[in-house]
Amino acid sequence: MSTTSPSNLSSSTTTSRHGTSTSGVTHSAVEATIARRRAAGSGALIGYLPVGFPSLTESIDAAVALAANGVDVIELGLPYSDPVMDGPVIQAATQKALAGGFKLHHGFEAVAAITAQVDVPVLVMTYWNPVLQYGVDRFADELLAAGGAGLITPDLIPDEADAWLAASERTGLDRVFLAAPSSSDARLVQAIEASRGFVYAVSTMGTTGARGAVDSAARILVDRLRAAGSTSACVGLGISTPDQVREILAYADGAIVGSALVKALTDGGVAAVGVLAAELAAGTRDLR
Amino acid sequence: MFTPSLHPQSDAQPDSLRTEAGPYFGDFGGRFVPESLVAALDELTAEYDLVKKDPAFAAELMELHRSYSGRPSIITEVPRFAEHAGGARIILKREDLNHTGSHKINNALGQALLTKRIGKTRVIAETGAGQHGVATATVAALFGFECVVYMGEVDTERQALNVARMRLLGAEVVPVKTGSRTLKDAINDAMRDWVTNVETTNYIFGTVAGPHPFPAMVRDFQKIIGEEAREQVLALTGRLPDAVTACVGGGSNAMGIFHAFLDDTDVALYGYEAAGDGVDTPRHAATITKGRPGVLHGARSMLLQDEDGQTVESHSISAGLDYPGVGPEHAWLASIGRATYLPVTDAAAMSALRLLSQTEGIIPAIESAHALAGTLELGKKLGPEATILVNLSGRGDKDMETAARYFDLLDEGAEQS
Ligand SMILES: Cc1ncc(COP(=O)(O)O)c(C=O)c1O
Repeated sequence: MSTTSPSNLSSSTTTSRHGTSTSGVTHSAVEATIARRRAAGSGALIGYLPVGFPSLTESIDAAVALAANGVDVIELGLPYSDPVMDGPVIQAATQKALAGGFKLHHGFEAVAAITAQVDVPVLVMTYWNPVLQYGVDRFADELLAAGGAGLITPDLIPDEADAWLAASERTGLDRVFLAAPSSSDARLVQAIEASRGFVYAVSTMGTTGARGAVDSAARILVDRLRAAGSTSACVGLGISTPDQVREILAYADGAIVGSALVKALTDGGVAAVGVLAAELAAGTRDLR
Repeated sequence: MFTPSLHPQSDAQPDSLRTEAGPYFGDFGGRFVPESLVAALDELTAEYDLVKKDPAFAAELMELHRSYSGRPSIITEVPRFAEHAGGARIILKREDLNHTGSHKINNALGQALLTKRIGKTRVIAETGAGQHGVATATVAALFGFECVVYMGEVDTERQALNVARMRLLGAEVVPVKTGSRTLKDAINDAMRDWVTNVETTNYIFGTVAGPHPFPAMVRDFQKIIGEEAREQVLALTGRLPDAVTACVGGGSNAMGIFHAFLDDTDVALYGYEAAGDGVDTPRHAATITKGRPGVLHGARSMLLQDEDGQTVESHSISAGLDYPGVGPEHAWLASIGRATYLPVTDAAAMSALRLLSQTEGIIPAIESAHALAGTLELGKKLGPEATILVNLSGRGDKDMETAARYFDLLDEGAEQS
């Protein structure tokens, strides 16, 4: 693993990459980034790409291109055999990565290589069984050592997350839980209390994948999260255009784009990812 | 609301093994699902808890069992078959005689009634062998629900007749082309459908796996098998059987027949998993024999997986047993030693299928033939004094193409077509 000096391509943040929980105060780089973008009258752009697609090297280069073109937080997906929250585009990409020999250690290598080159927080998105089999503490330690900021866990609800809550307390890693339009008020409070970094507001009932219009459910959900005390709510699922990013950031703290970036990578390689990221980032400016 | 405090963590020996209601069975079970599904699972749990105590629901379900699917199913003693099992007394519980041809209808009727109570009008299901899909399509026709069944593309080919049955019953069958293109991937797509359409749609899950409340609920809808059989065997033989056997895919027919006997400590329980080409090859579906604890499809249970936690593809000649996971209650029963799980190869199962056909005139499903093959060995071990109750979970009609090919039963020309 190379952890050579960051080249500061984005020069966007001066906070440490991962949080620490010393003296009971957390310093989440993701929270700091989101707060900084909010203070600037905007919101954060969060870009998803899976590790190992179309190859390990290209996936690292593509993630670096995200940061170089204005993405504020990288969400790096670990390919998994049974991705129930993912739609066809991400399924196809992660299946290809698995067929190409993706192993979990490639995930840590990718995080290290990306954080060595750019200074934006890197969150890892993973289904739960790979973490469980790797060992929750071992996984957290290696993610921290690689410079990762934390985990987004789409199939782990706080109710089942005791081991991960403990490991993230110990390491200071962020933990992003999901909130859905169908979640009860009590569950929204639970998601907010369990999360650090941000709460992932699922824009619509469904899986990942570009959609023509962002569901009005997203705005209602963010309003409910705010009423429940959330200071960091980012919206994901179905967001693919600069206009949609602008629309989301008018009320949310961040917009998460996944399938559209994966499709750009599939169709046009790393260069196309950079172009789309720059267009999406333009959607985060001059908002309010 | 679902709370983890429900985990039964006391080390006090429970009085009965028959009171487990989830979400956890020992260390197994739970809810590892996207947040979007939690509300639906909570609703299902709450409604199920209500109907469990409702005599009107029980009466309505009982009437359907009686007048629609033909319960109680009979038991049949099979002495000519038993000659090949060391002379042990072998009794079959005939779930193959149920309407639609397997035990799957028991659960589908229960969940359809529940769907009606909740007020949803669209049902989805996953299916491997097609039996659960056929059962769900059947109850959808009966109750007037829209019905979509997800089925791995490999399974749509090897169980083509069941695809035709489901379509004739008015269901839409979606061939799933991702992953291993079998049951595991059909469940993934059904879950994706449910996440998207949960407001109108109930997921009629086909086995005792998945997130809470499915393992406990599906078991409760299947436990009628063992309750009937226990009385029937007592009436026939004057005593309880020495062993009860069943095949285990996700584990619903096995839990269904085991449950009534869980507290009968003198009754041994055997579950037979599909060993495919053999458990020393990579081509099998022997989850408890060869797996490790892990999370798949919403529950922590035993799982065939690699060191990174990626699910490993299973293999079996039987579509209904071709699943790399297993229900959490089985993982628990194995962990406490109450039930024993053993592997049965494709070859042993097919040989038992032919043996039952030719000694007793009963053609079993290939799934059920795994239980028969295991029972042949068990009988030799237990000796001629023993009585063994076997769950004959389904009939072999759906498997005639596979059997014809396997045993070369058709004339050259016909076989090629
Ligand atoms: C006849 C029959 N038996 C057994 C099974 C396996 O399921 P389970 O283990 O849930 O009983 C199936 C599944 O399709 C089946 O059709």
